[in-house]
This record gives sequence, structure tokens and C-alpha cells, in this order.
Amino acid sequence: MKSERTASVPATVLPSPSHLQRRTMLAALAGTSALPALAQFRVEVTGVGLTQLPIVIAPFRGEAQSPQKIAAIVQADLERSGQFRPVDAAGAVLDETSRPDMGVWRQKAADALVTGSVSRLADGRFDVRFRLWDVVKAADLGGQSYVVPQGDLRLAAHRIADFIYEKLTGEKGVFSTRIAYVTRSGGRHTLWVADADGENAQAALASPEPIISPAWSPTGTQLAYVSFESRKPVVYVHDVASGRRRLVANFRGSNSAPAWAPDGRTLAVTLSRDGGSQLYTIDANGGEPKRLVQSSSIDTEPAFSRDGKSIYFVSDRGGAPQIYRVGVGGGNPERVTFNGGYNISPAPSPDGRWLAYVSRVGGAFKLQVMELATGNVTSLTDTGEDESPSFAPNSRLIVYATQLQGREALMTTTLDGKIKARLAGKGGDIREPDWGPFQAQ
Amino acid sequence: MVKRIPLSLVILALVAGCSSGVKLNDVPVEDKSATSTAGVGAGSGAGAGGSSKGGVTPVDIGASSANAAGPANVARIIYFDFDSYSIKPEFQSLIEAHSRFLKANPNRKVVIEGHTDERGGREYNLALGQRRSEAVRRSMGLLGVTDNQVEAVSFGKEKPAVQGSDEAAMAQNRRAEVSYR
Repeated sequence: MKSERTASVPATVLPSPSHLQRRTMLAALAGTSALPALAQFRVEVTGVGLTQLPIVIAPFRGEAQSPQKIAAIVQADLERSGQFRPVDAAGAVLDETSRPDMGVWRQKAADALVTGSVSRLADGRFDVRFRLWDVVKAADLGGQSYVVPQGDLRLAAHRIADFIYEKLTGEKGVFSTRIAYVTRSGGRHTLWVADADGENAQAALASPEPIISPAWSPTGTQLAYVSFESRKPVVYVHDVASGRRRLVANFRGSNSAPAWAPDGRTLAVTLSRDGGSQLYTIDANGGEPKRLVQSSSIDTEPAFSRDGKSIYFVSDRGGAPQIYRVGVGGGNPERVTFNGGYNISPAPSPDGRWLAYVSRVGGAFKLQVMELATGNVTSLTDTGEDESPSFAPNSRLIVYATQLQGREALMTTTLDGKIKARLAGKGGDIREPDWGPFQAQ
Repeated sequence: MVKRIPLSLVILALVAGCSSGVKLNDVPVEDKSATSTAGVGAGSGAGAGGSSKGGVTPVDIGASSANAAGPANVARIIYFDFDSYSIKPEFQSLIEAHSRFLKANPNRKVVIEGHTDERGGREYNLALGQRRSEAVRRSMGLLGVTDNQVEAVSFGKEKPAVQGSDEAAMAQNRRAEVSYR
């Protein structure tokens, strides 16, 4: 897969405050009560012995007047990743120009500190600035400024979280990526495009008939999905920015389970046009499908490996649904799952190390992750209706659908299952998440 | 532990540090957001103060078409046992009645819609529902209905006939519907 930049909000690098004059603004703000950063998500932590970096996200100066509470969004992002533990800012009044007294934060056992500000410009846009400090070394790790319209304040916060995550873990953050999901409410089915925290959802498609299996194109600009709007399952590719759609597979019978090849030019799909549910590949612009494997069993849910050379899929050729792998040129499928009698919905990680899937265990449907090199399987949840796993583009988190207190919900989990968060989302039943790639632009 | 900072970032920080005397307020802020093309059309995410990134243009689908009439006084639903796509004997006469109608009206077409109960994955259930609809289509074919009059499709578990997770509800949902178009 192509490696792409994540900076879609223009960022300006801030000079270090060490040579700046202290701003009188701070004194003026001293009377303003600094709100504690309220976590917007219930992040559930299980297990002990986690190595998490303790970090303080001080409330951003000017946040009280901002429609989005930047510090809280950044903190929730970092918490959800499982790699950070928030340390209470305790009413600190700081911004990106401050030179904080590191002794104070060392006493609180914080390793990193984030300070910043948000201010409304004359033209209605907002200037969001921040600086990241290494508390232990008392070192300035850099800062940036983002000038954004109000609608992109959350995106700016996610960019800040990405900056912090990458600086402190050495890996790319996924907070400014997008997820797609589907809701059903009052007989309406809606396909949404939302931030990776489930917020800021925008409707891409609303239909009186079901929509399933959304799949982001490798560039993150198009969604393939199955729509039943013509009262049968048909595969569309939908450019989300323009709303333009094209029919990719509308053959006799059912058309479903679209999966993008890493080059974005080909889709694998399940078609029943020749009888039974069988796997084909088809040009992303449509055309004549090419049979991938031929069997008298159900073959469905294709998913390309990261290198594009093989396809994972589900087949009941052995009498019960199991996950298999076959080369993109066809050939003899090799069985991948061996535990239990019902293993479906394979989702390989972008780094090629893991395979997430759903297994029926004693009547419950549970999210599993297999380390492909060893075949070792870890069960990640204590819920029983898990569906549709999808990896974050950095392979560190999985988003999946499940049921909590009888309602459908979207969750993220770390690969050890220890840190889970319920994503925000539109009302009604929420399902079919697909995590988009790192964004270009 | 805070990890080591890559050399490039150290250089960046040094370069930034060299701009001593420049007040933060005077730092030129590059703005490319106005040239964004992402929000083309009626993107719903734009807030006050300009259009936002990653705009999405919504598409709204209207109501789907209604069923056409088939043979009078003939039921249209075939029910299946759990994990089965074999047609039970009590539905044979129903299939025969539809087959007679289709043979007598060779210009009429039906879609057989297969459905499953709610257990299991959506795509796998779509494939299971397809088995049910194809079983009905094969039965009609054996009774002499031409292939181009019958299309077998599946809704999987997406359109349950009744809500509920008890066995009675799930039995109502494991079905194939004969739908005249």
C-alpha cells in the first residue's frame, strides 16, 4: 500500500518559546477558570502491568469560547490508543508560549505535557496552537499551528493527537483518519463517514433499504458497499466528496462482499450469477468479472493481504464456515482457522502480522486476533455479538460492531484486548464499521 | 519513557529556534484550506467560518418499487428449518402453484428473496439466504419454469419479517419470499 502523508490541515511549525517573550495574555487569563479536560468517551481498561506513557493535556487557553474542547478530544484520542495514561492537569493555566515549570509535572509523575491555545480569528476561522514537552528531559518536542474553519476544529485536535502519538511512540497516529459505518433507524438505513472517534459523522447515503459491507478504497476517497435499494444486493463504488456513484457489480442474483485490492484498481466480490456464492475479481470501474476460485460450497467475504498477493475468504467447503487463503491468481486454497466450527469475517492487518475475525464460541460470536506467523489466537472481548472487525491503518487498533445492553455499538480495542472504547455515533442501531486509510491531501 | 527524537526533528527544532525574536503572533500562517476541493457540493459538515475538510455530499435514495400481483390466493413465503435450505414437503404445493402461473404467463418474472435469522455474520448469512432462494428456483425449474423468469437473490439477515431473538421469531425469519416484479 502506498504510504501517504497525514497532514490534510495545513500546519505551521511554531518556534520554540525559549526565545519568545512571555505573553501578557497569560496574566489576563489568570482569572478565567480552567476547565478540566472531560473525557468524552468511556475508555475501559482491563488488566494490569500496562506500559502507558503518563501525559498531561492542559486545557487549551481560550477553549471555553471554542465550540470544541480541544484538550478533551486530544486526551480521549490518546487514551483510546492504549499507549497513554492521562494525568490530571489540576487547573494549570498554560499555553504554547509558556515555559512550564517541569518540576511540578515531574512530581505528578508525568512524562509529557501538552499546552496550547485556540482563538477565533476575525474571519471566523480558528487558530489552534500547541506545544509538546518532554517533562523528564525538560525538552521542547515541537509545536504547530492550524488555522481551520469551525467544522475542522475536531480535525485539528486529531492532528495534534497524531503529532503527539508519532513523536512519543515513533509510529503514525490514526486519529485524523476516517471510519465508515451504517445505522438503521426508523426504517432508514444511512451510511456515514465519521472521524476515527465516531464523531463528526456526515451522511454519504440514505436509503429505505439495507446497506452493508462498506469498504474504503486505498486512497480513502471512495467507498465500495452493498446496497439493497433495487431490492437485491448490488455493489456500488461511491466517491464520498462528490456523491457520485457507479454500479460495479449488478449481475443476476446477489452481488456482495466488495474488497479492494491494495492498488485500488480491482475489487474482489461475491457473485451468485453462475449459481452459489462464489468469488470473483472485477475492475473497480466495472466490466466482466473473473472467477477467482470455483467450488460447490459457499465462498465469500474476500479480503486482500497487504501485499496484494493473496486473498483471505470464508468457505464452508469443509462442512462449516472457516477462513482460507488463496493466491490472487487462484489455485488451491489453504485453510487458516482451525479452532471451532464457525470462523468468519477475516480482516488482515495492514502490516501483515495479524488476522482479526469472528468466531462462534459456545453460541456467542467473539472477536479474535491471530498472529499469522505463529497461528496463536487471542480472544479480545467479553461481548457475544461481535461483527465486522477492521484494522486501523497503523495496525494497532481494531474497530468492530457488537451489542452492549441490547443495543448495537461500535467499539475499538487494542490487540491485547486490554483497552476498549465505545465510539460515539448517530442514534439507532450502529454497525458495519470500516476503518479508512491514512489520508492523502 | 519518552522515545528518542529523530534527528530530522531536532534539526527542525533548531531551525525553529533560530528564529529568535520573532513573536509567535508574527509567524506567517500558511493557509491552504480555502483551496480545498473536498467540500464540493452540498457537504453537510461545513460549519461557520468556511467549508471544512473531508466534505461528504449526501445521496438520498427514494422508496423502492412495490410488488406486482402474482397468482390469487397463493401464499408467497416458504419457511426453512435452522441451518437448512431443503424445501419441506408442506411447501411443495405453493411452489407448484407459482410454477403453473409462471408457465401460463411466460412474460411474467419473479424474484425469490432468501432470508435468514439473525444469528451470525451479515455476509455469511447473505450466502446462506442465497442457498434458500436457489433451492426454490431449482424446484421451479424442475417443474418446467424457464430460467429467465426466475432470479434468486438474498437479503441475508437484513430484512427480518419479525423482530425478536426468540426461536418463534427466528423461525418466521428463515424464509424465501416469492416476489413478482
